[in-house]
Amino acid sequence: MDLYKLTVHELQDKLLAGEISSEDIVKSLFSRIAVVEEKAQAFITLCEETAWESARRIDQQGEYGGIKGIPYGLKDLFCTRGIKTTCASRMLENFVPSYESTASKLLNEKGGILLGKLNLDEFAMGSSTEQSAFFPSRNPWDWERVPGGSSGGCAAAVAAGEIPFALASDTGGSIRQPASYCGIVGLKPTYGRVSRWGVAAFASSLDQVGILSRNVRDCALILKIIAGKDLLDASSADIEVPDYSAFLDGEVKGMRIAYPREYFRQGVTESIRTAVMKALRKFEELGAIVEEVSLPHSEYALPAYFIVAPAEASTNLARFDGVRYGWRDGEAANVADMFSLSRAQGFGPEVKRRIMLGTYALSSGYYDAYYLKAMKVRRLIAADFAEVFRDFDLIVSPTTPTTAFQLGEQIDDTLTLYMNDALTVPVNMAGLPGISIPCALDDGLPVGMQLIGRAFDEATLLKAAYAFEQNTDYHRLTPVPGGGINE
Amino acid sequence: MALSPEEVNHVAMLARLALSEDEKTAFAEQLSLILDYVERLNELDTGEVEPLIHILPVFNVLRPDEALPGSSQEEILSNAPLVEDGQYKVPRII
Repeated sequence: MDLYKLTVHELQDKLLAGEISSEDIVKSLFSRIAVVEEKAQAFITLCEETAWESARRIDQQGEYGGIKGIPYGLKDLFCTRGIKTTCASRMLENFVPSYESTASKLLNEKGGILLGKLNLDEFAMGSSTEQSAFFPSRNPWDWERVPGGSSGGCAAAVAAGEIPFALASDTGGSIRQPASYCGIVGLKPTYGRVSRWGVAAFASSLDQVGILSRNVRDCALILKIIAGKDLLDASSADIEVPDYSAFLDGEVKGMRIAYPREYFRQGVTESIRTAVMKALRKFEELGAIVEEVSLPHSEYALPAYFIVAPAEASTNLARFDGVRYGWRDGEAANVADMFSLSRAQGFGPEVKRRIMLGTYALSSGYYDAYYLKAMKVRRLIAADFAEVFRDFDLIVSPTTPTTAFQLGEQIDDTLTLYMNDALTVPVNMAGLPGISIPCALDDGLPVGMQLIGRAFDEATLLKAAYAFEQNTDYHRLTPVPGGGINE
Repeated sequence: MALSPEEVNHVAMLARLALSEDEKTAFAEQLSLILDYVERLNELDTGEVEPLIHILPVFNVLRPDEALPGSSQEEILSNAPLVEDGQYKVPRII
């Protein structure tokens, strides 16, 4: 039995039935990692010793259920006590946090086992993991292609069978876009749904912690564990967390689903348009009411994001001064040089580019023209969504305009690269929950469909996604190393 | 909208980034491209629109001021590049 292929629920069933132990799972995953990691390049750090220890301890107790005894991975910007947390940056190459992120702490308390820390674009800034200071990760469907980003290591690892699920962060699409490229499930919950304590901040009005998993059912289980108010994160919402799994009944009868015409333009390829329209017909067959709508300010979300995200990033990254943690230039003769040399050496090109852009947008005389303007446009974008949600339960669109691109194809073309996020960014700008689920294969590469819900209505999102999954087989497709499908 | 070399120098100073000449040239070009793209926001009349500062309704969050266990001084200092006598060490300021 190849345990590495199984979902969280399948593993849980086998643990509860006494067929396997947690150590068996850890063993299977590390064997799988030994085979594919050379190609996938998903992990920055493997936690072999602690993973084995935790598995043995849980097996000795002999009680299972939930995620107890089941391994997970973390995007390497979640602080893990005593375990290196790099943000895929030279700046934090040797940073070992003395505290644990709330989300990973909640998983650990339920008996989840951290297997390793996963690659990303430096400080989550990028769409391909090619901006990682260490190495690019690769797409298990075709090793010459990117897994997406910024949570590309997480998506590659889940798709390659190295880990059953992972936690990541999503500021403009960083969970949904890689999930789409790698043919797995990626959920960005509502802004404020999950605590961000201990997660390196990129753009604080947009960042949200979420999940990459192999199916919707696993996603619902994990969201229930990590969601909720946290005293350590003032931006976490004090709103009841429902039992998401209870909503998964496979029914969408009478559900009102809108598809925004603007999301089927914006450079979306013909085959992706066709695939998502076909998926919408599937929802119709299942009894949902599907109608076209307009989100008229959609095209302004990306230019507004270009201001909001870098502006907030430039302030968040001001904390890296070479004094308290992180890279320090050892030669600088005075404090001012120490700051600017340490930062110049510690940050990579994309991070510097965004710090420069954000600093410019916030600098004296430009605030009104850029940041304030962008925040006003942001209200228009949020209002578009609110208008549609008066009549509809759900919005459906493609997740990305294209399937996974080749490594190196877009690295020098900043604007084109940012366009990958055109369909996911508006969701962050409005603070809404969004999920990407696989809905087709295009020339052997996965196509993702994005479902967008009302604020704090992840239940409807998961319910619809689950119904689609139950009536299709796309989530069961898995790549064999080097491309293709093996099941 | 093209950024002048003086503007790039000024922004790099504000951002405390010691950029190389190559980086300055590249960023001047790339930032100009991005700012041109952002210009399209001005197609929208936002005169009457309130900026969206908080996506969620925000309230003051109050709680009793209780001391809870946190990281020790030793743990916190363990990540500092240079430490002396339990303090951060930096180049001479005065």
